Amino acid sequence: MTMVFGIPIQALLGQLLVGLINGSFYAMLSLGLAIIFGLLRVINFAHGAQYMLGAFAGYLMLAWFGIGYWPALILAPLVVAVVGIVVERFALSRLYDLDPLYGLLFTFGLALVIEGVFRYYYGVSGNPYPVPALLAGGENLGFMFLPIYRGWVVVASLIVCLTTWLVIERTKLGSYLRAATENPRLVQAFGINVPLLLTLTYGLGSGLAGLAGILAAPVYQVSPLMGSNLIIVVFAVVVVGGMGSILGAIVTGYLLGLVEGLTKVFYPEASSIVIFVVMAIVLLLRPAGLFGKDA
Amino acid sequence: MAEATQTRTSASGARLQWVLVAIGIAALIAAPFVIYPIFVMKMLCFALFACAFNLLIGYTGLLSFGHATFFGGAAYFCAHAVKVWGWPPEAGILLGALGAAVLGAIIGFFAIRRQGIYFAMITLALSQMFFFFCLQVPFTHGEDGIQGVPRGHLFGVLDLNNALTMYFTVLAIFLIGVFAVWRIVNSPFGMILRSIRENENRAISLGYSVAYYKLAAFVMSAALAGLAGAVKAIVFQFATLTDVTWQMSGEVILMTLLGGIGTMVGPIVGAGLVVGLENTLATSGFPVTIATGLIFMICVLVFRRGIVGEILARLPGAKNSNS
Repeated sequence: MTMVFGIPIQALLGQLLVGLINGSFYAMLSLGLAIIFGLLRVINFAHGAQYMLGAFAGYLMLAWFGIGYWPALILAPLVVAVVGIVVERFALSRLYDLDPLYGLLFTFGLALVIEGVFRYYYGVSGNPYPVPALLAGGENLGFMFLPIYRGWVVVASLIVCLTTWLVIERTKLGSYLRAATENPRLVQAFGINVPLLLTLTYGLGSGLAGLAGILAAPVYQVSPLMGSNLIIVVFAVVVVGGMGSILGAIVTGYLLGLVEGLTKVFYPEASSIVIFVVMAIVLLLRPAGLFGKDA
Repeated sequence: MAEATQTRTSASGARLQWVLVAIGIAALIAAPFVIYPIFVMKMLCFALFACAFNLLIGYTGLLSFGHATFFGGAAYFCAHAVKVWGWPPEAGILLGALGAAVLGAIIGFFAIRRQGIYFAMITLALSQMFFFFCLQVPFTHGEDGIQGVPRGHLFGVLDLNNALTMYFTVLAIFLIGVFAVWRIVNSPFGMILRSIRENENRAISLGYSVAYYKLAAFVMSAALAGLAGAVKAIVFQFATLTDVTWQMSGEVILMTLLGGIGTMVGPIVGAGLVVGLENTLATSGFPVTIATGLIFMICVLVFRRGIVGEILARLPGAKNSNS
């Protein structure tokens, strides 16, 4: 058996794959957080709940209407985005003139309510969601066994992240968005409907969380608490990456997923806290974050 | 959070305040003869916790999202010292508060490097790290927690197994803790903290080393939160993971927000209401998280001054500081 640093290579690669998958979710979620924060100056605490909502939307579509994975991949994020748009219109938009901390507290309350409702009806145990037939099974790569669905998650998240990045950096809508991030008043003066832009951005951000949720449904179990612990890790990812940069959020997400995977191989006891340790070190050396410009 | 209200007290207003404080203390002395003492003690522990938290958010303008670390951490330290090492309760409580202060110094050291929303996220992340730490180290006994902590004898004389003795001990510690907060807030040091809350840049330009003051406030707040947590461990005779979760950090924010950020009595009122509400809901089957989440949303949307803050703002002669 091939060994690397005294660890069988299968174990190493296996954990790296797990790390890459976790990293895919970190990347998608911190991307959504960064987009929302960039324009709305709101830390969306409900992001974890929206991720859970995406997974549950897919699960319930299958259970109630027999809608399969592929349509759900589009519909579930849409549902979450619509919920997000309603929340933004009726509540969040009233908080923009206040200290950004109120946005954090409001979305925190929202997360508690959403999770509380699902916990009330579905308990805390997980519900399995079947892997779609097209992506079932696995591939033997010679050095390791790769379940196809997990490979798909990594590819899909890369596509999602890159597309979102391209939309923001290369399209006209994206340029409005970036301009509004820099100076909303001036952009409004140019005749662009900034409130609408804010609403759509929150919809886009929560939709991304919902998409991550439906992608996660077959990998992890669909449970009301699946988002609440994840979101804190994603917060740490965002602090490490620095909120300013979209690309930074993506890269940091994958990177920290891999770091977590490696820690599981070499020092499993620390794997649940390694991301927080990295965050502390980054704060010491570069308080603005790896990709951030300024505090 | 600049919206905190302040009372501008005229001479008669000050007298009214003292009368109200006296009535409040009298009510607390009478309370155990009317209400189940354990329940009031729980309220007092959380009220002190919320007051300690308010020292940061209300008077320094720092939102810590990780105060459960100090509350629950101190409970663990105290419970371990009393149960395993056989320390007397007063020493255990002191160790809990000291341990929380040390944790506060460590977390504060990292958190004060960033401001505002980042401060909240960093405290949250670091306290989650402490949660995982507590989950794994052997002395906390993981999911079981430390159970069967003996109450023992305070100073070797007062038997805390007696419900009333325990109650008045808790009440005394609560009053000392709240008095400490009041002293800190109304000292020159407290004035500097307020100036940081109002305008950090100006405080810097006036020559104050803001980082030092923030850290000092953080450590004091952590120590007082620890005091509350350690006392709770003695009262309930256990320390569990519940007290170090982020939900607990959220709960103390809710208590302070509901009662009134930046008011002396607000956090006490808020803690009483939240603990009372949870007690009521516990038997009704309605999920507590939904209720707390809803109160959170309502408070933020329409009720940002909190109950006491709203009352103070409407009192004749009270002037709104801002808004």
